[in-house]
Amino acid sequence: MSMIQEVPTMTTKEKPQRAIPEGLTPFDLKQMYEAMIMTREYDERCFKLQRQGRIGFYAGSFGEEACQIGTAFALEQKDWIFSSYRQPGVAMHRGVPLQTMVNNLFGNAEDIVQGKQMPVHYTHKAHHFLSISSVIGTQVIQAVGCAMAAKVKKDDAVAITYFGDGGTSSNDFHSGMNFAAAMKAPCIFALVNNQYAISIPVQKQTGVEVLADKAKAYGMPGFQVDGNDILAVYKATREAILRARRGEGPTLLELKTYRAGPHSSSDDPSRYRSKEETEYWLKRDPIALFREYLTEMELWTEAWETEIRENAQARLSEAIKIAESLPQPAWETLFDDVYSYVPQALADQKEDILAHESGLELTNEGEFPL
Amino acid sequence: MADLTLLQAVNSALHEEMTRDDNVVVLGEDVGLNGGVFRATEGLYQKFGAERVMDTPLSESGIIGAAIGMAVYGLKPVPEIQFADFIYPAFDQIVSELAKMRYRSGGDYTSPVVIRTPYGGGIRGGHYHSQSPEAYFCHTPGLQVVIPSNPYDAKGLLKAAIRGEDPVIFMEPKKIYRAFKQDVPEADYVVPIGPANIVREGTDVSIFCYGSMVQVALRAAEKAAESGWNAEIVDLRTLYPLDIETILNSVKKTGRAIVVYEAPKTCGYGAEIAATIAEKAIDYLEAPILRVAGLDTPFPYTLEYVYMPHPARVYRAIQDVMAY
Ligand SMILES: Cc1ncc(C[n+]2csc(CCOP(=O)(O)OP(=O)(O)O)c2C)c(N)n1
Repeated sequence: MSMIQEVPTMTTKEKPQRAIPEGLTPFDLKQMYEAMIMTREYDERCFKLQRQGRIGFYAGSFGEEACQIGTAFALEQKDWIFSSYRQPGVAMHRGVPLQTMVNNLFGNAEDIVQGKQMPVHYTHKAHHFLSISSVIGTQVIQAVGCAMAAKVKKDDAVAITYFGDGGTSSNDFHSGMNFAAAMKAPCIFALVNNQYAISIPVQKQTGVEVLADKAKAYGMPGFQVDGNDILAVYKATREAILRARRGEGPTLLELKTYRAGPHSSSDDPSRYRSKEETEYWLKRDPIALFREYLTEMELWTEAWETEIRENAQARLSEAIKIAESLPQPAWETLFDDVYSYVPQALADQKEDILAHESGLELTNEGEFPL
Repeated sequence: MADLTLLQAVNSALHEEMTRDDNVVVLGEDVGLNGGVFRATEGLYQKFGAERVMDTPLSESGIIGAAIGMAVYGLKPVPEIQFADFIYPAFDQIVSELAKMRYRSGGDYTSPVVIRTPYGGGIRGGHYHSQSPEAYFCHTPGLQVVIPSNPYDAKGLLKAAIRGEDPVIFMEPKKIYRAFKQDVPEADYVVPIGPANIVREGTDVSIFCYGSMVQVALRAAEKAAESGWNAEIVDLRTLYPLDIETILNSVKKTGRAIVVYEAPKTCGYGAEIAATIAEKAIDYLEAPILRVAGLDTPFPYTLEYVYMPHPARVYRAIQDVMAY
C-alpha cells in the first residue's frame, strides 16, 4: 500500500455538511480565521513599509496562510518550531508578540537581537521559536536533533520544521529525513510546497511529481495535503503530531499551495511566471475558501470580518508606531552575544571604535537587492 | 568603448566567453530565465539555451559537485553561488575536491571551474547576505581567488579566469555592482590573474585593498591629501596568487602599510599581507603595519555601517602611521 494519501479537501463538493474536525470547536474555527486575517494584514502592511522605504526588506507569505495557521493550531506550547522566513503567521499564532516581530523589521533598540538580523528573521525563546536562518534547509536537521533530544529526555514534545520545495534539494533536508526516520524522532516535516524557489518552478527542482513521495524512500509516512485548505492541514498535522507523541516517529507533510506574491520585496515574478497561472491560484485563496466554509457553518458575517480586519490593522498601526519611534541599537550592542564572554581582540575593537568613532555621523547606504 | 557597470561587465564577459567557446556553461540557482537575482546572467538563457545555462535545484554542493564532474569531462563550467554566504554547503566540494583534483591525479584530471559569487556588505543584508569569506579560500592550496574592484577589471579578470587552467573563486563586490560605470573596450581583452594594480600613486603610505574597499581607500586618500599626505593605493585584484613584488616595491617606497578589508579582522586576508611585509621588508618600515577591517562579530544588520571599514576609519589609520 502506498503511504501517500490524498487528504480530502474542504472544496470537495460531494460533502455538503462538512463536520468540524476532531479537536476543534466553532470558537477555534473563528480563531483560525482571525489568525489568517492577521497574517494577511501583517504581510500587506509590512510589504507597504518596505515599499515606502521604512524597512529594508520584506518577504511575505501571501497564499500560505492555511499552511501556517493550520499547522500552528495543532501544536502545543511545549512543542518546538524550526521555521523558515515565510511563516510569520506561525510565530504570531504561537504567541510571539506582535511588537517583538515588528521590532525585528525595524532592527531597533528593543529588537530581541538589537538589529543583528535582517527583517523576517524572528526568534522567541518563550515559545520555542528558534532564531531563523536565511540559509535554506539548515533548520530541518536541527529540528530532528531537537526532537531526538526530547525523546532522550522522555518528554512528549515534538519539533516541527517548515521549509519550501526548494529546501527539499538541500543536503540538510536529506540528512534530516534520514536521521528522523532512522532514529524515530518525533519530528514533523512541514514542507510548504508553494511551487517556486524564487524563479525556479518545482518541476525543475525535482524529478518526482509528488514531493510527499520522498517520504517512502526514507522510511516514514508522507502525505500530500491541500495546503489551501486549513482544515485539511490541521487534520494532517494533528495526526502526525499524535503519532509522534505516541513514539511512532516522524511524518512528512507536503502542504501544496502557491506563493501568491513575489519571493520578496526584491523579486519580480513577471520575469518567470504567467499572470494566468497566478490568477488561477488566487481564485483558490485559502482565506476565501475558509470564509466560504465558515459562512456555510453560519460562523461568518460581514460585520465580524470588518471588525477583525480593523482590529488587526489597529494593532499593526500601534506596533509600527512604537517600533518606528524607538532609537537604533547602541553601538556597544554590536559586541554582545558573540560569545558568552568578550575575548581580548573583540574588547580591543570595541574600545577602539567607541573611543574614536562614536562622534561620527555614519549612515547606512545601499539597498538590499534580494 | 562601452560604458558599463561592474555587473554589466560581468554579464558581458559571460556573453563573450560563451560565444567564443561552446564548452563554457553556466549553472546555478535562478541563473536561467530570471537572469540571476542580480541579473549577472541576463540574456544568456535566451541566447544559449537551457543546455548551456542551467537552472539547478537548490543545492550549492550539488552545483559545485556537478561543475567538477562537467569539468573533468571537458566542459568549462562557470557556476554561480547566489551569495557568498551560501557557499558553505559547497565548502567540502570546493576544498576537498575542486582544489585537489589536479594534485591527487598527478595532473591527469583537472577541474578548472570558475565559481562566481557576489560577496560583501553595505547592502543591508544582515548575517547571510553580507559576508566576505575570501580568507577560507586563500587558505586552500589549489584555488585561485580573484576579486575585481571596477568594471574594466571585472570583465578582463573573468575572461582570464574562464580561459585559465585552474579553479578560480571569483568574488564580485555586490555593493558596487551598480555604483559606477567605466569605459570598457568592445574588443577582446583579458586582465591576467596575478598582477596587482596601483590605482593611485603615492609616496607616504601604501594602502592595500581589494573589491569594494578600493573606493573606501580612495576616499580616505583624498582626505589625506588635504593634510599633505600622499597615499599609494594598491588594488590587489588577485588574492591568490599574490603579487608580492608590487606589494614590496610599494612598501619600500613609502615605508608605511595599511591593509583594508571588510571581513572580520582576526585571521583575515590583511594578516597575510602584514606577515609578508614583515618577513620581506621590515627594514623599510617606519611605522607598524595596520589593519582596517570588519569586526570579530557576525555581520550585523542595523549597525552594518559601524561594522564596515569606512573612509574615516582608514583616514584615522593613515594619521596613526604618519604620526608614528
Ligand atoms: C543555501 C541557500 N542557497 C541559496 C539561498 C538564496 N535563496 C533564498 S530563498 C531561495 C529560494 C527558496 O525556495 P523554497 O525553499 O522553495 O522556499 P520559499 O522561498 O518558496 O518559501 C533561495 C535560492 C539561500 N537562502 N540559501
